[in-house]
Amino acid sequence: MNLRLVEANARRFAALGDPTRLQVFALIARSPLSVAEVAAQLPVSRPAVSQHLRVLADAGLVQLESVGTRNLYRPDSDGVATLRDFIDSLWDVALARFRLQAERVARQRAAAARKTRETR
Amino acid sequence: MSPSPQPAAAPVVRKTVIVAAPLAVAFEVFTAQIESWWPMASHHIGEAACAAVVIEPRAGGRWYERGVDGVECVWGRVLVWEAPRRVVLVWQLSAQFRFDPALHTEVDVRFSAVDARTTRVELEHRGLEAFGADAMAMRDTFDSPNGWNGMLEHFAQVAGRPRAHAPGG
Repeated sequence: MNLRLVEANARRFAALGDPTRLQVFALIARSPLSVAEVAAQLPVSRPAVSQHLRVLADAGLVQLESVGTRNLYRPDSDGVATLRDFIDSLWDVALARFRLQAERVARQRAAAARKTRETR
Repeated sequence: MSPSPQPAAAPVVRKTVIVAAPLAVAFEVFTAQIESWWPMASHHIGEAACAAVVIEPRAGGRWYERGVDGVECVWGRVLVWEAPRRVVLVWQLSAQFRFDPALHTEVDVRFSAVDARTTRVELEHRGLEAFGADAMAMRDTFDSPNGWNGMLEHFAQVAGRPRAHAPGG
């Protein structure tokens, strides 16, 4: 078992667990962007974007690249790993949200059923 | 000469999640209410913000998003509709989240009752080799159960509600 790989994946995973950070990563995964360009596409301030990018960089998901005078963030790993991470993390995030929502609906319906019985 | 064999282990993403909801509710929320949980803000393909995600409830139905501008963008279609136990969706979005009619990957979702109030949801996203030759290079990582289990457990902690299924645990 490659413990370092598991730990690295867990870090990436935690970094993508935040919805805003996932959005930032989704944008970067499509094309390299500067902090300002990311901020322009999200309802998030530049300092907040910088903070998210630092977390993503620490997790090994994005890296900083200087092109001329521009500082661009791009996916850290090659396209293959990025795609795999993307699909996998997408379903993790989506299913976590699904679970919370399904449980919320189940609680609401159970409460409504109780109320109906009580008012009878 | 026999045709070249299918890859022994094509890249697949498998996920299991245990949900504290009855079977029918879990299925309904997953399909009819997909827009209530799909991370639409970050995962949609239209130019405009996403207003709705729709899975038409029948085999052959469309799976699409509708932007706030009213424009519909197809993600794929319904291959199998066996409410409330199974739905198979054809996912035709590329890695860049663009519709690609030539791309055919399948999202197979099975729902089974653990008890009257609890449902096991097993999701398999298969056919990832359709993403191209690159996908085959991913196989080693996909085949690393320790890696995925570790990530699943970690996610359960991150999500703060450790109900994600941990085999044998």
